[in-house]
Order: sequence, then C-alpha cells, then structure tokens
Amino acid sequence: MKLLEQIWIVIIMNLRSIPQRFGMSVATIFAVAAVVGVLLFFLAMGNGFKDTLEGAGSENVAVVTRVGSQSELNSSLSREQVNLLSTAPGIAKDLEGNPIYSGELYVIVDGYKKTTNSKVNIPMRGLSTEGFALRENVDIIEGRVFTPGRNEIIVGESVLREFSGFELGTKVTFAKTTWEVVGIFSTGGSAFDSELWADTRTVQDQFRRGSSFQTMRIRLETPGDIQPLINYAEADPRLNVKIETEAEYFSTQSNALNNIVVFGWIISVVMGMGALAGALNTMYTSVAARAGEIATLRAIGFSNISAFFGTVAEAIILSLIGGATGIIIVYFFVDGASAATIGASFTQVVFSFTLSADLLQQGMLLAFGIGIVGGFFPAFRAARMPVVTAFE
Amino acid sequence: MTEGTTNTTDENLFQLTNVNKRFTKGRESITIFDDLNMSIKKGEFLAIMGPSGSGKTTLLNMLGGVDQPTNGEVWFDGARIDKLSENGLAKWRAANIGFIFQFYNLMPMLSAARNVELPLLLTNLGKKRRKQSIDAALELVGLKDRAGHKPKEMSGGQQQRVAVARAIVSDPKMLLCDEPTGDLDRATADEILTMLQELNREYGKTIVMVTHDPEAAKYATKTVHLDKGEFVEKGSV
Repeated sequence: MKLLEQIWIVIIMNLRSIPQRFGMSVATIFAVAAVVGVLLFFLAMGNGFKDTLEGAGSENVAVVTRVGSQSELNSSLSREQVNLLSTAPGIAKDLEGNPIYSGELYVIVDGYKKTTNSKVNIPMRGLSTEGFALRENVDIIEGRVFTPGRNEIIVGESVLREFSGFELGTKVTFAKTTWEVVGIFSTGGSAFDSELWADTRTVQDQFRRGSSFQTMRIRLETPGDIQPLINYAEADPRLNVKIETEAEYFSTQSNALNNIVVFGWIISVVMGMGALAGALNTMYTSVAARAGEIATLRAIGFSNISAFFGTVAEAIILSLIGGATGIIIVYFFVDGASAATIGASFTQVVFSFTLSADLLQQGMLLAFGIGIVGGFFPAFRAARMPVVTAFE
Repeated sequence: MTEGTTNTTDENLFQLTNVNKRFTKGRESITIFDDLNMSIKKGEFLAIMGPSGSGKTTLLNMLGGVDQPTNGEVWFDGARIDKLSENGLAKWRAANIGFIFQFYNLMPMLSAARNVELPLLLTNLGKKRRKQSIDAALELVGLKDRAGHKPKEMSGGQQQRVAVARAIVSDPKMLLCDEPTGDLDRATADEILTMLQELNREYGKTIVMVTHDPEAAKYATKTVHLDKGEFVEKGSV
C-alpha cells in the first residue's frame, strides 16, 4: 500500500510537470498518434475490404467455377456443364419443383473514378432472374430491373457513388454497343454493389460469349452442404469443376488484401521506431529535468522502485494519449470512408474503411508497447539516480 | 562532539569509526577522509564549517546515508548503517532523518501541504492522521494558512519553512541541514535559524548543519571546522 502510494505520488508529480516539457511531450504524443493512425488506416482498409467481400458470401449458395481458376473472371463453364450440374442432388427446388440456379457471366467494362477521373475496370455480371433469388437483400432502390433481351443494365449503388456516368437513365457504351441504366440496386454494401448487372443472354450475345458461362450459382438444399454436389461432379468426367460455398469463395477472395494488413504492420513498426526514439528522448529529458526532485524523494526515503514506475507510467500515459489521438483522427477522417481497389478479378471492389473494437485494441496495444519500451530505459536511469544529486 | 572515540554510548546518536572516503577520478584517487573518527551526541546542534572542498557535504551525506564510506563504520543509535542496502538506507532515512536543503528542494507542482505530506507517505499513518501531522508541522513553522499554496507562490523564507515542516513532520531523531540559510537574506536566515534552535532546545532534535556562515554557526551548540578532511578546530558556542 505504501509503495503504491509512493508510486502514485511520483506519477502525479511527473504528470503535473509535463507543462515544463510541453513541446517534447506533445511531439511524442503526435509521433505515437501518427504510428497508431497509420496502422489503423491499413487495418481498417483490410477489415472493410474483408467485410465487403464476406458480406456478399452466403452459406446457402454454392459457387461453381472451372478447376484451376482463381476467380470468376478466368473461369469458364459450358452450357452442357451447367445443365448437367442442375440435375445434381443437394439443390434446393422452387415451388414448381425446378432447381434454383443461375449460370452467370462476368466481364470487365471501363469506368472512370469520380475522384481521379482515372480509367478502371468495373465488373459487369450477366445473370438471369433466378440470379436475383440467389442473392440476399437485393433491393432496387431506383428505377426497375433490366428487361431480358434488351441492352439494359442496373447499377450497384457503390458504382454510382464511386464512378462517373452511371446515373439512372444514362446511356453507356460497352463492347461497341450502347446500354441504358434502368435501375440502381443495393445489396447492403456487399461486393455485389460494385457491379453492373444485365441479362445473361444479352451479355453472351453482345460480348460474343456464345452459350458459355463463367460461373454457376446454386441454392443449396441444406445450407453449407456442398458434398452431394461435389460427389456428383467427381463421378462425371465432363464436370471438371470446383465447388465451394459462396462464403468460402469470397473469403478466399478477401485474402487478396491480407498483404495490405501485413504492409500496414511493417510501416507502423518502422514508424514506431521513430516514435520510440521520440519517447525515449522525451523521457530521458524528463528524468534529467526532474533529477533534483527524484533525488530529493530518494533522500526523504522513497524507494527507487517508485522512481522507476513513476517514469514508466509517465511514458505509458503519454503514449496512450498519443494512441487515443490516433484513434480519434482515424475515427473521424477514415472510418466509414469509401474507397475502391482492385480485387482478385482485377476489377474494382468498392468498400468502406471499417474500424472495429479489435482494431482499436491493436492500436492501443501498439501505443502501450511504445510507452513501455520508451519509458523503461529512462526509468532505469531514474531508479539509479545518485541520491547525492539532491545536494548538488 | 568527541573525536577519537570508537565507543558507542547511550549518549551518542551518531558515531563514525576509522572512516575513509576516497573518490576515483580517472586514474587519480582523491582521499576526502582518512581515518576520520567522530561522534554526535543526542540533542546536539552541531555546525560544521569549512572552505569549499573540505569535505563538509560529503560528511553530511555519509551521516544521512546518501553516500557510503570507502572503509570504516557508521553507527546510528547503536545500529550500524554503512552496510545497509540502498533500499535499506532509504527506509532508515525515512524513519530517522529529516533533510533541509539550501535550495529547499520542494516539489514545485505540489502544494505546501502535499510537500509536507511526502515523508508521511512512507509511514503507516492513515489519511486523517497524516492531515493532523501536516497541520501541526505547518503550524509550528507558522504557515498553516499557506497550506494550499504552491512553492512558486511563496517567498524563499516561506519555502524554507515548508522544507523545515517537511523535515520534522515524521518526527525524525535527526535533522541534517545543508546550508539551510545559504539562499536567504539575513533577517529571513535568522528566522529559520531561530526555528532550528527551537526544534533543538524544545523538541530535542539532534541537528547537524553545514554552513559557510559564522553568524549561522552561532545558533549551534557546537561548531567544528573541517579542512582537507580533518577537524582543525573544535569548540562550543
């Protein structure tokens, strides 16, 4: 108890003396804030990208692609394969007893970012009306659904927000043909909101794809149970396909941004070294400035442990203030901000930076680490301060 | 004070026996004390005078357990203290010694009362008892009405009185004063010295004071002169 009170009084004294080292203390706080801010920027990016892709994936739906394809873009399925798979067991049926599935095309069209006016790849999906039933939360928020057989598209709300020229009623040219935007749809912020949707047959015709598809989506009879489909495909040599749940498919796709998270940590650790140097400098200055006070307390009878922990606590508190500052900056300026980046299909995926409690914890842990290390060595010096300094 | 004795008696509060103190500076060894013997009686008010470099402050530091002799023994109230660990010495100082410094050494960010409270944080006293002790100490030095003021809001003399209150609040047996009036004008210095004299006479505090000032030394019951680590004169005032 006595020791805790000693430590507490030393901490109070240290903190109250911060105004005497205001400039250095503020510099340390901002250095740590920058480190934590940069880390959270990248983590929020990875988190938002992951949420967007994984939000699009359902356990109720199976995605079928060609074996060896990394994404929908480089997959290819023939009409025969789609027809064969539609008779497989494990597929949910509609009220009339027909299997629920959708053969889909996935092509790239040009678009322009509103912010930079730079040319980017936007995914355009050809799907049938069954394709709508295979996606949850599809909502036409403006206009109407495209008419099969006509050059009409509906646009995801993220496309409308991030890219120019897709307003309702606008005519756009892809594959030397003109398409009219007849509707805006939302899937609640999932990756599908980054797509343009049109009728499958029309896309096949206009993009000269014959009768081929790229993927097939199947409503599962039992959520998550793709084994009957896999067994069926393995028994038929014509079905050289990969079958996974939609949730698994998008989870794999979201790994594309794992490197961003690693990159974020590397940048933050490198920057953290700088912040650490700043913290060490501030704390060594603090110890030097308080040499007389520390020695006086030691002369009175305070233990060197209190001098040690008092100094470490000051460094930790400064670092935590820096960490909190970084969090506040990221929260107000980055969290929820919309951005678009290239996904696994080399097309733009629009996502929102998303902070989470886990990320905030990681940011504060980094700040805490900087405080501990930045305070340790100066605290060691404080604890070893000769008491005779009080008489000098 | 008596020189040349190694016997501990009930009368002696402090006793230094064959104390050597050497510093090493580069390759050079500097001897401050060579076989110093001295004792300080309980209830004495001892002034140590001498030129700069004579060893006054080093002696005070050894008496206060903030510096250790190279060889020899330091006894306090029948117990040897020169072999105590650093934290052992800290505990011993907290229990037995009150320090008064030339430049007061108050904590600038703490009020007078909080400064005075510092030694009490090392005791088992509760908050209420601590408050009573702080009030009593501040009243004794005539600063009870300034308890909430910070050092920068007080004159040098008032700050030194707060330092005196801090030194006596835990009722130590001994006060060690390092040039306690060195930063004060004559009138204020006399006030502080009178206070120390009262503490010695009325409260029985044993006081050792290092000073350059012969006027200050007149308040002591005994004065000794140090030169090059040796007592060159002794006597009582």
